[in-house]
Amino acid sequence: MSAPVLRVLEAHARTYRRTWMGSVVTTFLNPILFLLAMGVGLGALVDRGVGGAALGGFGYLEFLAPGLLAATAMQTAAADSAFPVRARIKWVKTYHAALATPVSARDLVVGHLCWVALRLVLAASVFALVMTAFGATGPAGGALAVLPAVLTGMAFAPPITAIAAGGSSDYGLSSLFRFGIVPLFLFSGTFFPISQLPAPLQPVAVVTPLWHGVELARAAALGSAPAWPPLAHGAYLVAWLLVGAAVAVRVFDRKLVR
Amino acid sequence: MSEIVVEAAGLTKRFGAFTAVDGIDFVVRPGEAFGFLGPNGAGKSSTMRMIGATSPVSQGHLRVLGRDPATDGAAIRSRLGVVPQENTLDAELSVYENLLIYGRYFDLPRRVINERVAELLDFVELTDRREDRVDPLSGGMKRRLTIARALVNQPDLLLLDEPTTGLDPQARHLVWDRLYRLKQRGVTLVVTTHYMDDAEQLCDRLVVMDQGRIAAEGSPRELIARYVTREVLELRFAAGLQDGVADSVHGLAKRVEDLPDRLLLYTDEADQVVAEIADRGLEPESVVVRRSTLEDVFLRLTGRSLVE
Repeated sequence: MSAPVLRVLEAHARTYRRTWMGSVVTTFLNPILFLLAMGVGLGALVDRGVGGAALGGFGYLEFLAPGLLAATAMQTAAADSAFPVRARIKWVKTYHAALATPVSARDLVVGHLCWVALRLVLAASVFALVMTAFGATGPAGGALAVLPAVLTGMAFAPPITAIAAGGSSDYGLSSLFRFGIVPLFLFSGTFFPISQLPAPLQPVAVVTPLWHGVELARAAALGSAPAWPPLAHGAYLVAWLLVGAAVAVRVFDRKLVR
Repeated sequence: MSEIVVEAAGLTKRFGAFTAVDGIDFVVRPGEAFGFLGPNGAGKSSTMRMIGATSPVSQGHLRVLGRDPATDGAAIRSRLGVVPQENTLDAELSVYENLLIYGRYFDLPRRVINERVAELLDFVELTDRREDRVDPLSGGMKRRLTIARALVNQPDLLLLDEPTTGLDPQARHLVWDRLYRLKQRGVTLVVTTHYMDDAEQLCDRLVVMDQGRIAAEGSPRELIARYVTREVLELRFAAGLQDGVADSVHGLAKRVEDLPDRLLLYTDEADQVVAEIADRGLEPESVVVRRSTLEDVFLRLTGRSLVE
């Protein structure tokens, strides 16, 4: 990692020291609330019904928790990459300030993505601990599931960074959450297998990175077999990361160095 | 270090079909304060950004500190201090944290930054605000902090894009005073401004830009001598009585400008003209004789119409 990237990462960490309060609530409290409501509350009903067989023989809490882990990683990555990036380009313009120093647009993108990765490792680890505490997985399964969750977030962070940097409509950026992140959260195999989706929608779920992340995280946590070979799921997520990062660098260059 | 700090020849910046900077030539020498004057949209900021190696040159030759911004951008930027038009401070962070983060971008050790922060805050009179958040600081304080930030890497060249726009007179004077001190210490300054009196005091040399081109170049004194007269006589008349006066004063001054609210007579001998005006039976409501300023040069060269 080059020195300027490290300096960008350092700036993120220093800024985070001022703003960490808000994210702690979402990082620690949200998984507990979700697992309680959906996993324990709703799960009791599901398990009494036809659940078991359709969920591959697992209880609903076990089925849900790893999916929720991956989906939460997506949300964390999206939240860190949308409005904060827009702000640093359009409102507070701290990226403009950084570019007057030896730091380049590429350093800003890579530094930001490294920062998101760190945040994801932290958030996913906390979530895995909570999962384990709820008995949704064993300690080893929980630890194993952290990596696919981080990878899921990192598949989303670059394209969202690029959109936040490239667009100018703030309404449009909110729409990304309303019409992108929220539907993905609900329909990518997190809460129920995508085989329950209407047939035409199933390929849509397969195209989105979240489904791959959910499959991988679930396989890691439960030791079950994912829909594709694990490497194929992983490669798909890495492709989103790399292509997205390349696009984000181009967008940053076009927007900030002109 | 080469003898010339900035060297531009045929420097051009285009944004699509629009030409913001249209083939300008200039040099900035070590230790000098060089000014870009011009109305909004004249191409000053685009020129500054090209010098700052944050905006690619569309065409022409540019060397900054002896290097080519197209290939050595990071190396150039490591030796520049930049005060952009907008402060671009992180309002959530403290004064100190803003300087620290910026200093770290230059890969300076924290110990060195801490030493410099103490000096710099003293220099811009913000020592007692060191731990305060930036957000509630006044406009003048934020501006001074931005100047301190630009100095954290001890730059060889300081670029200031409208350093005093939007500040009240006290804050403005403090900023210009500090810039003057930097100049005395031998820091090379490149400044854009539309405050003529400031430019007149600070700049050794300046260029007047208009519509992407350089309209004139020289020291403030040279420009005044070349484009306007030594003095200006301003005559105001009671409502409706100015009509036709421009014709009656014809020949009295080198140049007469008939504005809606007053008549300007450009002359080297204002007292004599005042006497002759009385001889011709004209009775202005008020007569003001003043020294010509860069503002007169500026308006002469770039016109009086509003630039939007």
